[in-house]
Amino acid sequence: MCTYQTALVDVSGSGKGRDGWFPVTKASVYFDHPVSAPADHTLNIDLMNPDRGASARVAVELDPGSARQLAYAILEMLDTAPPGLVEPA
Amino acid sequence: MSDAMRAATITISGHGGDEIEAYVAQPLDTAPTGGVVVIHHMPGYDLATKEIVRKFASMGYLSICPNLYSREAPGAAPDDAAATARALGGVPDERLVGDVAGAIAYLKGLESSNGKFATIGYCSGGRQSFLAACSLDLDAAVDCYGAFVVATPPEGAPLKVGPLLHLAENLSCPLLGLFGAEDQYPTPDEVAELDKTLTELAKEHEFHTFEGAGHAFFAVDRPSYRVEAANEGWNKIWDFFARFLAS
Repeated sequence: MCTYQTALVDVSGSGKGRDGWFPVTKASVYFDHPVSAPADHTLNIDLMNPDRGASARVAVELDPGSARQLAYAILEMLDTAPPGLVEPA
Repeated sequence: MSDAMRAATITISGHGGDEIEAYVAQPLDTAPTGGVVVIHHMPGYDLATKEIVRKFASMGYLSICPNLYSREAPGAAPDDAAATARALGGVPDERLVGDVAGAIAYLKGLESSNGKFATIGYCSGGRQSFLAACSLDLDAAVDCYGAFVVATPPEGAPLKVGPLLHLAENLSCPLLGLFGAEDQYPTPDEVAELDKTLTELAKEHEFHTFEGAGHAFFAVDRPSYRVEAANEGWNKIWDFFARFLAS
């Protein structure tokens, strides 16, 4: 199905796309049909910079289990970073 | 018939007079024939959808698919365009109807048009095919597993879609519905409710639900492809269009 569900997040950082590195400003997170991954549905993340056009995008399509592992790993890394390096959430 | 066809990317006038991209395919040596507007699925105006457009031309129909994401992402790869359109809230219903009307106007201007037109859409396009058939004067429409015709999209979804059942009384043409028994979007119960509503309204329609198939069973490039349901579904489409798009 097309779930239509989408979470949009403002982000700040860089991503490496088709034409090299560029600043990313938006993340679109959704569970829906993948373009490439061999599954009916995947957890998809698009890191984008809308000001630079549709091609300024870094995309991943992950199976649900690995997407959760990735999310846990991100939180763990942030939570266990040396004191003073990460501002409290 | 020589089987020769012409297929090309063109520019048409869409909703509000906007210039949008479209992919058109037409048989070259046909008697006047019907036209089919293919409404692409949410993942975009992609190679698989263009293949469907050519398939209709190979069966003798004029066929066109408007790129619904032309405005947000002109010239972008289909997957990038789909991602951009999604982040911006998707395709508003009013704009979809205008773009389909523009696609029909283009086909109407072709010498080999017989003046009869249908829409067909897959997935989100199935819902939009029903929307177009309730908004424009068509001769036939096909809804392939369109979700959220009956049900309400999940709360918090930023995309501009809502249920369409209240428009059913405006359905302008016979409707062919092709669904998977294992699909949850739409569920068999939603399909039954749409069927019941159209029957009560005396709207001509025929629905087929295929066992062993879920969502997107026509999609040859995805794991959801179910060859038996897809082949039988295509046969239903050819039969339906032969009856309602003939000169």
